[in-house]
Amino acid sequence: MIRVDNISKRYGDFLVLDKVSLSIAKGAKVVICGPSGSGKSTLIRCMNYLAPHDTGVVSIDGVEPKNRRSCEAVRREVGMVFQNFNLFPHLTILENCILAPMMARKLTRAQATERAYQYLKRVHISEQADKYPTQLSGGQQQRVAIARALCMEPKVMLFDEPTSALDPEMVGEVLDVMVELAGDGMTMVCVTHEMAFARKVADQIVFMDKGQIVEVAPPEQFFTAATSPRAKTFLSQLQH
Amino acid sequence: MAFDSSVFFGALFSTAFLNGALVTVFLALLSHGVGILISIPAALYISGPPSLLRWLVKGVLGVLRGAPTLLQLLFVWNALPQFFPVFREPWFSPFLAAWIALSLNEAAYQTEINRAALGAIDPGQKAAGVALGLTRFQILRKILLPQAVRVALPSTANEFITLLKITSLASVISLSELMSVTSRAVATTFQFTEYYAAALVYYLVMVYVLVFLQSRLERRLVWNTSAAAAAPGMLQKAMAFYRRS
Ligand SMILES: Nc1ncnc2c1ncn2[C@@H]1O[C@H](COP(=O)(O)OP(=O)(O)OP(=O)(O)O)[C@@H](O)[C@H]1O
Ligand SMILES: [Mg+2]
Repeated sequence: MIRVDNISKRYGDFLVLDKVSLSIAKGAKVVICGPSGSGKSTLIRCMNYLAPHDTGVVSIDGVEPKNRRSCEAVRREVGMVFQNFNLFPHLTILENCILAPMMARKLTRAQATERAYQYLKRVHISEQADKYPTQLSGGQQQRVAIARALCMEPKVMLFDEPTSALDPEMVGEVLDVMVELAGDGMTMVCVTHEMAFARKVADQIVFMDKGQIVEVAPPEQFFTAATSPRAKTFLSQLQH
Repeated sequence: MAFDSSVFFGALFSTAFLNGALVTVFLALLSHGVGILISIPAALYISGPPSLLRWLVKGVLGVLRGAPTLLQLLFVWNALPQFFPVFREPWFSPFLAAWIALSLNEAAYQTEINRAALGAIDPGQKAAGVALGLTRFQILRKILLPQAVRVALPSTANEFITLLKITSLASVISLSELMSVTSRAVATTFQFTEYYAAALVYYLVMVYVLVFLQSRLERRLVWNTSAAAAAPGMLQKAMAFYRRS
């Protein structure tokens, strides 16, 4: 589904990604974790060309876009959920959900609205459709952001720390939605430090440090028998 | 010397004053209209990565903002015909000269307002649009501009109020707007107080009608109640935050 092949990226002199390779199969649930500044966000942003990589190849479903137009086309197949939700504050919840399907998928308003309600129901928030984002709690906003991405019916969903801007009591409702989504067979790549979620949903944990992938392992193996010392240090810090 | 209210009311309801006020309003509206039309692409352009042409455009805008508006008016009226013979034709009226000068001047200020408004939008908004597969133009039209308009609206309305007052400078190029009508009346009768008071009434009515329209518009555009509560009051809006000229 997503193939990341030997990509590197610099910000000035700083090497954010250092020859990273990763392959994500259809239906896979991959959790990326690692210390702050290790390049997790950058890697996941490379997967929809939001952050262009300098060298290497990123292909989605075998397609490697060469120009802006094909980048835009590929992005329609890749949903993304941000740490800060990034809902459009001047639009209602419903309008947030129908904007891209109407503009980029050329659905009619009626079709897009029907689809929006379908996904808003799926994240248990359809009764808030006519409100504005600021009228919702953080947890509700993030669920709307998930619905907005799903309305494009993407082949894969990327999550960048979807719960770390939330008050603790709202983390559960968002993770529940993500668990349901995983249960429906969605291909998911998720940067998160919610290890209980990772254990429950992930079939692979990718551990990053200093711009490199240090370890890739199934959750049980990662949590109980991580091989690299850096992953061990990271895990011991998470306990605290 | 007493206040002669018959002179005051005579001036207030004279066609000369009414026409002067209309010229003032039209000049302000047309200048701001053209200024806004220029300023939107200008703001988008100068927000891009630095280049030689961008520096040049920023330089021109800086000159237009830095030079006194009076100087710009006089320049367009007196110096432009010297450089370009077309402007020596009779169609080049004081109104046209004032319109050109104030439009350019206003475009420069409005560009700054728009640029700040665009810059105030969280970069996450654009990222969300990009991630949804929207094109750059769609992101601009549906996500960035609608939000920038809301941010820019209070400053833009203040700018218009300032502009309305600044049109009085066009009296120096003999445009018959409200202030020169007033000055002419004063020059023949020496009844300063009555005529100035009548002009004052006109300016205040125009400004407060604008302030009222502005607050109506803002309330319609506000998308959350907390922002509406934090919006400044009528009086603060009326006192345009800086003076030029
Ligand atoms: N636009 C940018 N310009 C310059 N440096 C950047 C930029 N974006 C990220 N960086 C740097 O790249 C490094 C990796 O950033 P990244 O956001 O990918 O880390 P992360 O693993 O997601 O960290 P966190 O857990 O804090 O989110 C950081 O040191 C960061 O300062
Ligand atoms: Mg990050």
